[in-house]
Amino acid sequence: MSRRIRLWIEFAIERLLFVCAATSILVTAGIIAVLVFETYEFLREVPVREFLFGTVWTPLFADAHFGVAPLVGGTLLVSAIAMAVALPAGLITAIYLSEYAPSGVRRVVKPVLELLAGVPTVVYGYFALLFVTPLLQRVVPGLAGFNALSPGIVMGIMILPLVSSLSEDALHAVPTGLREGAYALGATRMQTALRVVVPAAFSGISAACILAASRAIGETMIVAIAAGQQPRLTLDPRVPVETMTAYIVQVSLGDTPSGTLAYRTIFAVGMLLFVSTFILNLISNWLRERFREEYA
Amino acid sequence: MRTRSGLMRRVGDLAFQALGIIVTLAALLALATLIYDVAHDGLGRISWQFLTSYPSRRPESAGILGPLVGSLFVIGLTAAIAVPAGVAAAIYLEEYARRTFVSRVIEINIANLAGVPSIIYGLLGLGLFVRAMGMGRSVLAGAATLALLVLPMVIISTREALRAVPPSLREGSYALGATRWQTMWHQVLPAALPGILTGLILALSRAMGETAPLITIGALTYVGFVPDGIWSPFTVLPIQIFNWVSRPQAAFAVNAAAGILVLLVLLLALNAVAIILRDRYQKRLA
Repeated sequence: MSRRIRLWIEFAIERLLFVCAATSILVTAGIIAVLVFETYEFLREVPVREFLFGTVWTPLFADAHFGVAPLVGGTLLVSAIAMAVALPAGLITAIYLSEYAPSGVRRVVKPVLELLAGVPTVVYGYFALLFVTPLLQRVVPGLAGFNALSPGIVMGIMILPLVSSLSEDALHAVPTGLREGAYALGATRMQTALRVVVPAAFSGISAACILAASRAIGETMIVAIAAGQQPRLTLDPRVPVETMTAYIVQVSLGDTPSGTLAYRTIFAVGMLLFVSTFILNLISNWLRERFREEYA
Repeated sequence: MRTRSGLMRRVGDLAFQALGIIVTLAALLALATLIYDVAHDGLGRISWQFLTSYPSRRPESAGILGPLVGSLFVIGLTAAIAVPAGVAAAIYLEEYARRTFVSRVIEINIANLAGVPSIIYGLLGLGLFVRAMGMGRSVLAGAATLALLVLPMVIISTREALRAVPPSLREGSYALGATRWQTMWHQVLPAALPGILTGLILALSRAMGETAPLITIGALTYVGFVPDGIWSPFTVLPIQIFNWVSRPQAAFAVNAAAGILVLLVLLLALNAVAIILRDRYQKRLA
């Protein structure tokens, strides 16, 4: 091969690789374009004020109301329960694995915990509906067959490895010198962990927690299976609720004709979901960058 | 020291350690319970008939042939789309890109895409592939949607595998007069291959368990046939499981559990391959 042809091929390959990398920008652009287009069409018929601040969500009924608050409320309720399980358990697990556990235990437990994150969400849905709910019904009076509590707890188990794994990475990245300093001052392991290492890893740990919140908000199958499909603005975890994601599934499964206003609602709800998770992800990334710079 | 006795502090320390062990064990117990529950419910239902029958209104004669073949077909096609594109993008970002504004934007964008909920990809697939590009509710539309979903994961894991290849390998190749691409193709990629494969398998096993995006693009929930081409309608195993879980009759729940077992065995097989590859890789580097 002559040198010129070879150089030309090298150039062509580099261009081709660049195009593949740039495709990822197109994916984001595609998501935004699809959501913005359909949401715009939706908001031409429904005032944005009714959508964001209305408290009744009945888009599929003859008497249609488009107040998204019940879906947002359902999402926040289930996510809050999930975080109440995943944050303490995940953090304690992370501190144990990073500061206490012998390295052998850590090497075995960490990947096994990550298996929890690899289980398909539809399996967790099954587990929530047919195992956890009946179990909880024995101890929680008035717990309905579909409720926010059971999928919330199961979702917490699902995102626990996310919290523990990322927090553990953050704790692990804290320089040993800080720990040795604390020990030298006579601190116990617990005092060192809670008062020195955890504060030092704080931005990394918060990044993990915010990412977990974003994951909880976007989680679909567990709630679609076990939380019911009744949009309801409530703080009672014992009754059926509907989340934003479960609503999108409900409409996708039904026979709502495309192009109708009821159909466009899933894109409007999707837009809200996308924007909220996107903001959380940006904050999480920013915190992680900051953490990395602190101990670079 | 008058604040607290050494004994108290040591007790507190031990209590905290015990708490850590208990919580960690509880998490592991949850995993064990989940697997036990599913196996307990579904193991008796697994049979040759279950694997080779189409869905049915009668739970005892229903099977998973359509969804099983559908899952394998969709994942195969997903891999065919996402793997070349993702690996190429990773090679560009890790080996070619200078620290420019554009490459920085692409990196941030990929990190953000990895955190977008999967159901949003379903809405993208619905708007873009099913409607705008007129693919309909086909295997191709499903695979394209899942390909976009796993693309960020493929790129991130491939970059990590490439980063693990020692720079000396590249320098040696350049010193012998190889071009950039020759160095990539003949030296760096073979060295990074096990790591790349591990990442690919993990990404694809994630895709295999995905339900929400495929429901959103309108994959069928009742399929009495095996998809016969990329334009064929289809369903996948997780959707069939979801369909069975959603029915009130207990016998369908048993089918769902059996379907979950088949899905978990498939995922386990994929992950076992990934672990074996990782092991071989680590031994070679050592």
